[in-house]
Amino acid sequence: MMSAVILLHADDNVVVCRRTVAVGERIAIEGSEDIIARNNVEIGHKLARFALPRFSKVIKYGAPIGSMTETAEPGDWVHLHNMKSDYMSAHTRAVTGDDQ
Amino acid sequence: MIASGFLRNDGRKGIRNVLIVTYLVECAHHVARRIVELSGDSQVHLVGFPGCYPNDYALRMMKALATHPNVGGVLLLSLGCEGFNREDLAKHVAASGRAVETVVIQQSGGTRSAIEHGVAAARRIKTQMDEAVVRTPFDFSDLVVGTICGGSDGTSGITANPAVGRAFDRLVTAGATCIFEETGEMIGCEGPMGDRAMSPEIATAIRASIAKAESYYLAMGFGSFAPGNAEGGLSSQEEKSAGAYVKSGHMPIAGVIKPAELPQSPGLYLLDIVPDGAPKFGFPNISDNAEIVELMACGAHLTLFTTGRGSVVGSAIAPVIKVTGNPDTFRRMSEDMDINAGRVLEGLADLDQVADEIVALIKTTAEGTETKSEELGHREFILTYKTFDQAGPSCLPRAAQPH
Repeated sequence: MMSAVILLHADDNVVVCRRTVAVGERIAIEGSEDIIARNNVEIGHKLARFALPRFSKVIKYGAPIGSMTETAEPGDWVHLHNMKSDYMSAHTRAVTGDDQ
Repeated sequence: MIASGFLRNDGRKGIRNVLIVTYLVECAHHVARRIVELSGDSQVHLVGFPGCYPNDYALRMMKALATHPNVGGVLLLSLGCEGFNREDLAKHVAASGRAVETVVIQQSGGTRSAIEHGVAAARRIKTQMDEAVVRTPFDFSDLVVGTICGGSDGTSGITANPAVGRAFDRLVTAGATCIFEETGEMIGCEGPMGDRAMSPEIATAIRASIAKAESYYLAMGFGSFAPGNAEGGLSSQEEKSAGAYVKSGHMPIAGVIKPAELPQSPGLYLLDIVPDGAPKFGFPNISDNAEIVELMACGAHLTLFTTGRGSVVGSAIAPVIKVTGNPDTFRRMSEDMDINAGRVLEGLADLDQVADEIVALIKTTAEGTETKSEELGHREFILTYKTFDQAGPSCLPRAAQPH
């Protein structure tokens, strides 16, 4: 069966969901250890492939796409709640207060 | 030959033969729109510029659009007192061999009579356009294709965008001209992009254009990153950039152009859409159609529009082909999507198959088949204020010398 995620580059520490993934789901990654999804995650969103310490770079397409602001475990959803751009802030609809 | 084109006096060829009704200030918008509605003709399109203050960029853009190869005739709608140089624009259009007339509302006696005069003028222009039609073989070497992304999500950068990149590779190899843009969506990609330049001067121009975009967007306070991008799984500007950049494919970059500049030889070009100088009139491009309009002003006959969340827009003047990377979006909005690149995620197609499908659809669109957005009547258009340093031959080289 096709994996629920795509590993875009061998150096990546996140994988991208091909479909919506449910919490507790065991996810096979080609050439890598399985992870267990720790959140319900939608198509196109990212899961941590490894434990990601705070301040570490998030690697996707083999390139840095930002830095962790919180620690993530393997299988954690990686998004605005635990990472941020190294270039400029993102704007969202919800008022989240000062995220500096 | 991929289609039968419309030959223009400057040697360029169109894939449509459109009459544009152009309002030169918002005050003339209603009259222009009524003239388009009353024509009942899908090849009469409404375009315009809302501002009363003159702007060199807007005049250059309108000159480029009114002499776009898909345009066969032009009707200008002026209130009468606005700053837009209607005489200069009309003269430019007439010199291109196209039929052009101007209706000045203040001289016509008001709304009703201006509409009447405009409807009659549109009819005359249409007749002249029909008499002037010269059909001619249209090849890939005549074709200019632009690409943009809108409503990107986490699928765009792994399905629709790389598929368009592979389509661009095929088109450039076949001798076409391809343009990618939104330097603000390439922030973080300047290193690898510079390495693809055809010359060191072009590499410098590419990196300078991205540095300009970064400082401009920082001054605006936001990157080119919308709430829907985050809802779709993108977490940062540079993540969006990496996904957007792959639309450009793998071919060498032949030059950096600015809005309303025409590429001088076939190949792959980066369109620098960020204004020059200190930030002045707000965000570089306030919505996707502003980018499509700039691609058209650089000669694009059609635009490949990739979307993850799902966009519905088309464009006046040049057809838009929509490619979605998200299979759920395709199912939800299939009436608006021309190509489903989301099949790649489901293991039902690979990127090369989707790229072949895109090239095949470009051919049938060039032959005259309507895209989804054309069928649905989408004719969006937006043009606002900007400032660019005018590029002249002395300012080059931003492009490779033609062989």
